[in-house]
Amino acid sequence: MSSSKRSTVIVEQLRKQQMLEALSRGKRLDGRDFESYRNFEIEVGIIDKASGSAKVKLGNTEVIAGVKVETGEPFEGLENKGALIMSAEVLPTASAHVEPGPPDEDAIELSRVVDRGVRESEMLDLDKLVLIPGKIVYTVFVDCSIINTDGNLLDATSYAVVAALLTSKFPIYEIKDEQVVDTGKTMPPPITTMPISITAVRIGESVLLDPTTEEEACMDARITMTTQSDGNIVAVQKGFTGPFSVNQIVQFSEIARIKGEEMRSKIKELN
Amino acid sequence: MKELALMDENGKRSDGRGIDELRSIKITVGVVKNADGSAYIEFGKNKIIVAVYGPREVHPKHMALPDRCVLRCRYHMSPFSTDTRKNPAPSRREVEISKVMRESLEPSLILSDYPRAVIDVFVEVLQADGGSRCAGINAASVALADAGINMRDLVSACAAGRLSENIVLDINDLEDKEGDADMPVAYLPNLEQVTLLQLDGKITTAQFSECLEKAISGCKLVYEIQKEALMKKYFGNEMELKEEA
Repeated sequence: MSSSKRSTVIVEQLRKQQMLEALSRGKRLDGRDFESYRNFEIEVGIIDKASGSAKVKLGNTEVIAGVKVETGEPFEGLENKGALIMSAEVLPTASAHVEPGPPDEDAIELSRVVDRGVRESEMLDLDKLVLIPGKIVYTVFVDCSIINTDGNLLDATSYAVVAALLTSKFPIYEIKDEQVVDTGKTMPPPITTMPISITAVRIGESVLLDPTTEEEACMDARITMTTQSDGNIVAVQKGFTGPFSVNQIVQFSEIARIKGEEMRSKIKELN
Repeated sequence: MKELALMDENGKRSDGRGIDELRSIKITVGVVKNADGSAYIEFGKNKIIVAVYGPREVHPKHMALPDRCVLRCRYHMSPFSTDTRKNPAPSRREVEISKVMRESLEPSLILSDYPRAVIDVFVEVLQADGGSRCAGINAASVALADAGINMRDLVSACAAGRLSENIVLDINDLEDKEGDADMPVAYLPNLEQVTLLQLDGKITTAQFSECLEKAISGCKLVYEIQKEALMKKYFGNEMELKEEA
C-alpha cells in the first residue's frame, strides 16, 4: 500500500522564496544554471572482494555499487539467459531522515528504475552468461549502498552501477561432470552498451537537471530518462505528485540524449 | 598442515606479519557530510564507514529514557563486503554484533548529559576481513568524538588469538577461520577498563591471560592512531605548522 506522505525535508518559507526568485532569473541557489550537473567524481575497484565496484560522488550525494558473480538457476521463462539481480539500500548513514529497516517505496523505486535502464538496454549480454541451458547460469548481483544523500540518488546510483559493471572482471566458471568449477580465471563482462540516466525536477515552470535535496523538497514533479549508447531511450520514470506538459517532456527527452552522451563519455574514460 | 599454513618456521604469519604486529590501520574523520559525526577506517582489508546522528529526539517516543540518552547501534554488512554475496537483510550475527558494539561503547559516553534523547551509531561494513567488529568499534568511537558527544574516554578495540602454541595479535580472516581461538577485546585506554570481551575457540587459563594482555597491548596501539586521526581533523593545520618548525 502506498500513501501520500509529508516531505521529510522541510525547506523554510524564506529559503523557498529565495529559490523561486532565483529560478525566475534563470539561476539556482547553488549558482548552477538549469542544465548543469554538480561536480562528479568516480572511483572504481574500491572493493577487492567484489568482481567490480565503483564509488560515485555527485555533489554531496555518495553511492557505492558492488558486483558479485555467482552461479544459480535461471529465472522461469528466461531459461537461456544469465540472471541479473539489482538492489539498492539507502543506508541510515545517509541522512538524519533514514531509518534502518527493509527498503521503503522510494528505495525500491530507485533500484527498479536503475535496474530497468540496465536490463532494457541489454547492457549485459545475458545470452552469453549461460553454463547449462535451462539449468545453470551466471547470477550477477549488483548491490548499491547509498552513503550520503543530497538529491538525485537515481542518477548517482545509475552511474555507479554502470561504472561498476563496465570495469568488473567476471570469474570464469566451467562445467565438469555436471558440477560448476571456478577456474580461478576472469573475463571482461559481455557489455553491449552504456545506459545513462538523466533526471530533472520541475519547480513551477522551471525544469532543473540534477536536483539537490533542497530542490527535491520543493519540486512539483520529477522525471528520469535513460538512453543507451546509440541515443535511443530505454527507460523513463515520472515521479512525484505533479504533472508535466507534453512540451516539457519532449524538450526534456532531447536534453536527456545530449546530457546522457556527455556523461557517457566521462564514464567511458574509466575503461 | 593447518599450522604450517598459518605460521612458518620463522614465526611469520600467513600475511607476512610477526606475532605482535597489527595490520595497517588508517582512520579518516568526518567522511559523511550529513552526519553529526563520522569516520572511515581501513583495518587490514576491512573497510568500514560509521556515521553518528544525535543527540536527537527519540522515535518512537516511548523508547526515551527520563534520566539519560538512548544509544542505538546498527552493525550492517553491504552485500558485496564478503566473498560470497551477503543477503542484505540483517542476520542473527549482525544483531548480536550490534548489541555487543553498543555495550562496548556505552561506558565511554556520559549519557546522563542528554536525557530523553537518542544517539544513533550506524556501522556499515563495505568490505569485511576478520575483526570487523573491532574495526567498527574503533571507527564508531572516533565518530562519536567527532559528533561532539561528551565522553569519558575513547574505546579502542583489537583481537588476539591462538594459532596452535602461539598467542598472536590481531587475528585476520584466515586465522579466524582456521586458527584455534579468537578473542576480540575493547578497552578504555585511560580508565583501564575492558568493555568488550568475547572468545571462541579453545584456550587454557594461562593462555587466556596472555591473550587478554596481548589484545590490550593492541588496543593501546590502536588508541594512538585514533587520537592522531581526530587531531588531524581538528588541529590539522597546527600539526603541519609544528612539523615545519
